Amino acid sequence: MALPTYASPLERLWYYVYRAICALIFLFLIAPILIVIPLSFNAEPYFTFTEKMLSFDPTGYSTRWYDLLLTFGMGKPDAVRDAAWWSDVWQNAAWVNAAKNSVIIGFFSTLLATFLGTLAALGLSRPEMPFRRVIMAILISPMIVPIIITATGLFFFYSATGLANTYLGIIMAHATLGIPFVIITVTATLVGFDKTLNQAAASLGANPTTTFFKITMPLILPGVISGALFAFVTSFDEVVVVLFVAAYDQQTIPRQMWNGIREQISPAILSVATILVIVSIALLTTVELLRRRSERLRGISPG
Amino acid sequence: MSDASHDSVQSGPLTTADGKPLKAALASAQAHRTRRAFYLVAPLLFFVVITFLMPIGQLLTKSVNNPAFYSWQDRDTGEKIPLMVDLRAWFDAHPAGTGPDEAAYAALVTGLVHAKEVKAQGQIGTRINYEVSGSRSLFTKTARKADKLEPPYKEAVLDVDKDWDDPKLWNSMRNASKAFTIDFYLSALDRTRDDSGNIIKADEERAVYILLFERTLVMSALITFITFLLGFPIAHLLATLPLRHSNLLMIFVLLPFWTSLLVRTTSWIVLLQSQGVVNDIWVSVGLISDENRLQMIYNQAGTIIAMTHILLPFMVLPLYSVMRPIDPSYVRAARSLGATSWTAFRRIYMPQTIPGIGAGGLLVFILAVGYYITPALVGGSTGQLISNLIAFHMQNSLNWSLAAALASLLLFAVLLLYWLYDRLIGIDNLKLG
Amino acid sequence: MKKTLILTTALAGFAFSAAAEEITVMSWGGAYGKSQIEAYHKPFMEKTGIKVISVDADNPATPIKAQVEAGNVTVDVVDVEYADAVRLCDEGLLEEIDPSILPAGSDGTPAMDDFLPGAVTDCLVTTIVFSTMYAYDMEKFADMAPTTIADFYDLEKFPGKRGLRKSAKANLEMALMADGVPAGEVYDLLETDEGVDRAFAKLDTIKDSVVWWEAGAQPPQLLADGEVSMTTAYNGRIFNAAVGEGQPFGSVFDGQVYEYDGYAIPKGAPNLERALEFLVFATETEQLAEQAKWISYGPARKSSGPLVGLYQDGKTEMGPHMPTSADNLVNALPSNFEFWADRNTDLNERFNAWLAK
Repeated sequence: MALPTYASPLERLWYYVYRAICALIFLFLIAPILIVIPLSFNAEPYFTFTEKMLSFDPTGYSTRWYDLLLTFGMGKPDAVRDAAWWSDVWQNAAWVNAAKNSVIIGFFSTLLATFLGTLAALGLSRPEMPFRRVIMAILISPMIVPIIITATGLFFFYSATGLANTYLGIIMAHATLGIPFVIITVTATLVGFDKTLNQAAASLGANPTTTFFKITMPLILPGVISGALFAFVTSFDEVVVVLFVAAYDQQTIPRQMWNGIREQISPAILSVATILVIVSIALLTTVELLRRRSERLRGISPG
Repeated sequence: MSDASHDSVQSGPLTTADGKPLKAALASAQAHRTRRAFYLVAPLLFFVVITFLMPIGQLLTKSVNNPAFYSWQDRDTGEKIPLMVDLRAWFDAHPAGTGPDEAAYAALVTGLVHAKEVKAQGQIGTRINYEVSGSRSLFTKTARKADKLEPPYKEAVLDVDKDWDDPKLWNSMRNASKAFTIDFYLSALDRTRDDSGNIIKADEERAVYILLFERTLVMSALITFITFLLGFPIAHLLATLPLRHSNLLMIFVLLPFWTSLLVRTTSWIVLLQSQGVVNDIWVSVGLISDENRLQMIYNQAGTIIAMTHILLPFMVLPLYSVMRPIDPSYVRAARSLGATSWTAFRRIYMPQTIPGIGAGGLLVFILAVGYYITPALVGGSTGQLISNLIAFHMQNSLNWSLAAALASLLLFAVLLLYWLYDRLIGIDNLKLG
Repeated sequence: MKKTLILTTALAGFAFSAAAEEITVMSWGGAYGKSQIEAYHKPFMEKTGIKVISVDADNPATPIKAQVEAGNVTVDVVDVEYADAVRLCDEGLLEEIDPSILPAGSDGTPAMDDFLPGAVTDCLVTTIVFSTMYAYDMEKFADMAPTTIADFYDLEKFPGKRGLRKSAKANLEMALMADGVPAGEVYDLLETDEGVDRAFAKLDTIKDSVVWWEAGAQPPQLLADGEVSMTTAYNGRIFNAAVGEGQPFGSVFDGQVYEYDGYAIPKGAPNLERALEFLVFATETEQLAEQAKWISYGPARKSSGPLVGLYQDGKTEMGPHMPTSADNLVNALPSNFEFWADRNTDLNERFNAWLAK
């Protein structure tokens, strides 16, 4: 939106003021996320920039909080860092265990959500689908219903059925929370899907299975993968359900962070936060690349 | 459908190659396709019914049914044992408002003796204690002595504790012995019952839930409004810049969207706490003195700031998707017809963005109403929302029926908004990223 | 050579951990949790080879109740406050413990005489006496330090934010004592509506300056971060921060509320026998005395008293830091468990309503 030549001086002024306001809002959006990165390298146990940090004195910075992520909860943190030390880390370090749980739960719930969600999206996008609107509303509702209500209901239900304190229980719950995202992204891909392609495949003698794997699948794959990433992030970031239905040895990263923030918010939390920000940057990049690929495949120019 | 295309031309009703009437064949093909579509959705629907709808159904049941007074589950065998059988029979035989007579007291004593045997007296007492404070010890104390009591029971029981003739207590027991009760909804709406069982307002000192519901709605509305104020300018900027630039700037919106909620909440704690970065900056530039650092967190302000930040992308993205396709030539036409830039914006541009404002506003509001994590971490005492109270009753006071009643009310409000969203915008139009 | 040795031990460790039995003990975390790990868990593991897993909660009584009611118990031993133990026991949520399994004190006194009066109930074996008192930042009050509970409520003389636990218990008692009510009359007064009103009115005077805490580890953190200048706290946490970590914290025991706390076994604990074994071991004279070396909570056995000497730093005498030392008991209140078992729900409801306004 370039400034038109007929703009009055007042409009010129507003043009720059408006840009400045937008810059401030962008700063508001991004600053809180970036601020944790330098602070996580603080040598002191504070949350502000020390004098040394501001003057870029290397002694003001340290990786001690990242180290703490490894040693916290270990049996013998001060031992020599050899194979035995690392196996101690792998076995006992609280954050490492939380990461393992997060990945296991995230992986399986994503798998479940993506498989069931994609299947359902294929059904929902067919014009002959009965009760389409109602079913869609039900399947999207886990995203809308406050998480505290879902978690409360799950607590009662899982306690009664013996699913509480099991990995299966958390995986199922997280899959449910991720499903709306899969449905939304996959349906969005299917909206632009040219159905004559399927008919063309059929007329060339392909059976429905071949058509699905050779034609439909490659075209909706970007949507499926971004849906899966959404589902994974949902699980990876979820804390309330874990708080309500998980056992103590099923702590995930957000659950561990929740404890840390409430009790003693040490810069160790900031180092976890930094790692998570890097993870989210990686995910965002992947989704963005997928979106472009999808647009290219469907012949929409990226402009 | 490929079968249908093979039919040959002939006289009489149209039939398919194998002789079926075409109309029936088409109908059956249609039904077949409908079934096929449904089979694709069925597994997920079944899954969501199990992991989502049934748990919520159970929650609703809990809010109107609390069997603690009349049923005990043996912890070793899992067997369900009825409690207070005689007293329940007495309640059935006598209408509400009847004062307890000797038979009632006798039934009470029998019930307590039995409860003591199976160790259910604490559970019974706790159930009544929700409504009549202090009755827990009344039950445990009396149960301890119950097997030694002798008729006349009324006198004997009143000898143990004179509080037993409190009509409120008897009303509460009567209500607690019913399988269906609305009392937890009454509590959730700051109502209670008086001595004769009429519904009245709760003490002002104890009324909190309506206040919290109101606060939740007001704060959510405020947050929605702020996200609109902040979201509109940048969505407009993103929509009017060339795609190459706007895609780059879009990262500023999408990165927060993809970043963990807990990370963002942590960041705000770091920024806003009294020894935090923002206060430090203000002290160092001399805006405030070191002693008078601002309290920006652990109160309403903290909740509002952090939630606005977290929900802002949910406002920007729908706005952007509506603004992007708006043709700039309409505004140019208005200008050329003599409108000032403000008038052109207000009369021509703004109305075209209404669907985006509606979608973003409703979405942000719906999400805000149910927020739990952020207020719990940065809300202090005044920045708590209704969700936090539900969690309190789930995890601290363990009054699960009250938690369920509060949750049901919140659920009802959210579903209403969701329905509205579906009506006005359509769930199909929900887009991510 | 050394490396091989470590490797072998590590391998042995794996083999061991795969086969070993485990019990789960739930407690309050932080410095207190650490003291239990050092004094009970580690020696128990050494003696029996049973692995003890420690789990933390803000107040272990609540998750235990949820677990038992939901029929889903994962914890074998739980550390609970006395009032909560009474309540849970009444509700049939705890296993009953036969007191005859508790061994006599190291000086030969029979167990029931050795424990402090009332310390062993149907379901609870007390391990410690702890106190809710208040602590202040000495750097902020270098000229004039607060000494009485009334000073905690005096924002003019002692400006700055206050930290309080987010629950009615102990806050109401301390508010009344700060308002001049003698310790002996506090609960009589709290039984009446006027008394409760008066306590809340006193709390009102500082409400705007309060930062609320929930977990026992928070108060020392709030003080250290400078978020508050005074806060109520569990005395042992403050002791450990001040003596153990050298933080400039002062403790005020005037107007403290002290209470028993100990071990119980939730109904339906998965390893009942091992749990009992652990409970008996932990409440022996030596172990109770050992715990007092790690945190300033008074041991529940009289025979442990003489064995308590120095803090683990080897120079700090523990005696004066105990809530039960004569100096600290001048104006102190024993928490009334009957009162709280009965009134906790009701008063917390009112507390919440008050808090939200």
